[in-house]
Amino acid sequence: MLIKNNALVADEWIVLRLKEGEAADSVTVPAGNVIVPLPVWNCQHEALQGRKELGLWLAGFERAEDIPDDVHRFPVIAVDFHKYTDGRGYTLAYRLRNQYGYRGELRAMGDILRDQLFYLKRVGFDTFAVRADTDIRDALKGLSDFSLTYQASTDNAQPLYRREKRGAAR
Amino acid sequence: MYRYDQFDHQIAKERVAQFRDQVARRLSGELKEDEFRVLRLQNGVYMQIHAYMMRLAVPYGMVSAAQMRMFAHIARKYDRGYGHFTTRQNIQFNWLKLQDTPDILADLATVEMHANQTSGNCIRNTTSDEFAGVAQDEVVDPRPYAEILRQWSTFHPEFAYLPRKFKFSITGAVQDRAAIEINDVGLQVVKNAQGEIGFRVLVGGGLGRTPAIGTEISAFVPWQHLLTYAESIVRVYNEFGRRDNLYKARIKILVKAIGIDEFRRQVEEEWKLSKDGSGTITQAELERVAACFSTPGYEQLPPADAAVATLQKSNKAFASWVKRNVKAHKVPGYAAVELSLKRAGVAPGDATAEQMDAAAELADQYSFGELRITHMQNLVLADVKQSDLIALWEAARINGFATPNIGLLTDIICCPGGDFCTLANARSITLAKAVDERFDNIDYLQDIGEIDLNISGCVNACGHHHVGHIGILGVDKSGEEWYQVSIGGSKGSPANIGKIIGRSFSFAQIPEVISRLLQVYVRERQSGERFIDTLRRSGLDPFVEYVYATPVAEDEKLLLPDYDLIKHGMSYDTPYYSPRF
Repeated sequence: MLIKNNALVADEWIVLRLKEGEAADSVTVPAGNVIVPLPVWNCQHEALQGRKELGLWLAGFERAEDIPDDVHRFPVIAVDFHKYTDGRGYTLAYRLRNQYGYRGELRAMGDILRDQLFYLKRVGFDTFAVRADTDIRDALKGLSDFSLTYQASTDNAQPLYRREKRGAAR
Repeated sequence: MYRYDQFDHQIAKERVAQFRDQVARRLSGELKEDEFRVLRLQNGVYMQIHAYMMRLAVPYGMVSAAQMRMFAHIARKYDRGYGHFTTRQNIQFNWLKLQDTPDILADLATVEMHANQTSGNCIRNTTSDEFAGVAQDEVVDPRPYAEILRQWSTFHPEFAYLPRKFKFSITGAVQDRAAIEINDVGLQVVKNAQGEIGFRVLVGGGLGRTPAIGTEISAFVPWQHLLTYAESIVRVYNEFGRRDNLYKARIKILVKAIGIDEFRRQVEEEWKLSKDGSGTITQAELERVAACFSTPGYEQLPPADAAVATLQKSNKAFASWVKRNVKAHKVPGYAAVELSLKRAGVAPGDATAEQMDAAAELADQYSFGELRITHMQNLVLADVKQSDLIALWEAARINGFATPNIGLLTDIICCPGGDFCTLANARSITLAKAVDERFDNIDYLQDIGEIDLNISGCVNACGHHHVGHIGILGVDKSGEEWYQVSIGGSKGSPANIGKIIGRSFSFAQIPEVISRLLQVYVRERQSGERFIDTLRRSGLDPFVEYVYATPVAEDEKLLLPDYDLIKHGMSYDTPYYSPRF
């Protein structure tokens, strides 16, 4: 199960992770809806070119300059958080949405928990594969921690002072 | 000062609810400590040796009388009747129960306060000049910009998991009282030749294990672009700051590694994407916020008060107090008054609930109901009529605020040290006490004059030892506690990192070491020179030579159990995990 656009849905994608001994240039990409890691895409680019239902995943530490130019071809891009305290994935998502103009599904996966979801949503993630030991129904609550935000981000291009008439009744 | 509107109130309320739920999940065991740690830190909650500690935010050090009374309430209801004012102009309470912390946040919200991002690897409370708005050398009042920064950085979704903590400091005066050179980003509000307001921006300053002075990244960023420019800096840092080594994760390391020119290039490149975008500050928003910091209703007064002048001549104690604790004000007939939180036998920066209430009362009576907290861990009443100085002095004496030592040797900056902190190697508070006792002679202190003595219990440098004229650092050598002494540091205009004078000393040797340093100053000084001036002129050598010339005896009194770590009862009764044990 996944959280997608604030609801629980079944996950229709398989995430390909390289196992010990497998290499990006030789691993077999299974048929179906598969999200492949960036090194596999880079190595097997030509062979995979024709597959429409192919997603891409980036490690949280991958940098903007590593992002392929043709991001728009992927119906889903996932960012994998190896540790929830590593915040690089937030900027990565922000860049995908705002600099690259990526409009497809943007998925957060890996070490993410309920208490990270609100910020993740704000920077541009719309789908969340929370850690396996997390109660996903409970995690859903994390998306609505706040009804208001001060600053602009992907979810709201205007900061509060441009959105609302401020200074009203206390 | 800034007043919340309905939106600020709503956000504060939702934060309380969020943290209440997180604490409940921690108490039930649903959240593991490792998952909870970051959440509590971003609400200022630490696990110290004996109990939970909570650091409340005092944005840019401004506090109303009502807020000060709330601190007193928190001290009484949830703590042991006192609190500790910090070098980032905040206040922290040392003896809390985890289950009370959401109620504390709820209480704070009723007086427009919070504990947001007072710890953790995120953007921390912005510090500023304690004399903002009243200083004679002020070019532009920095507080509206500090508040705009507060709102922008509060719950910034992209910057909650930075490589390490991130600190802004802002000043609008000629003399830097906000230590902008030792912050991750230092902002100096300036006017250009056309009279337009903008910021000189420094980046990469900081203390800790690798102290560094900030470098100028831009000479002038127009005020409208403050947030987009700041965001560009933090975004580049979030991506490229080191995450493999806790001690190399601050922005100063990144700036040093790639050089300021390359860092500037990256920031400017980034800024192109957001400059002139929606993050540009509007005139309307600046005016809305600035209106909160409008000039209070000053009276037309003569520039000096005759009764004050008379009493200064006849009463030495009053004269000392005026000399040290009363500061110039931009409006004739007014003064800014510092309430000292440094007195013998009390940890520097500590205040009791009774003192907090008294300070609030004095603010209401004499200073438009407002106070400031200084990075030197004292309080300021910024708008006092000179004709009220005598009455205020008497009230300050009754409440233990009148030690005439602002800027003197016993106005020590000190971290909580080994008595409370899990990181400390040394007894900072007890050492401050020993220094207080050794130099308990106001005439001598006045003669020595302005000197910054800063004490840190470990390399994290919460006591700012690097920028003390005399800095003392607790170090651990094979499980033993030693003290390293540096001299020549300075916190601003310009900031300098002190130099270590040589091998370390024992706890009981330190007062004698300080005494020797002062003896060299007295011997070498020329007319009008402060300790730091003499040191800069003569260099370190005469000081070092004299300190190490003969063996330094230990003060035997300091070996008595009175100077051991303070004895406390443990108060943890919640799921407990300490990084120390």
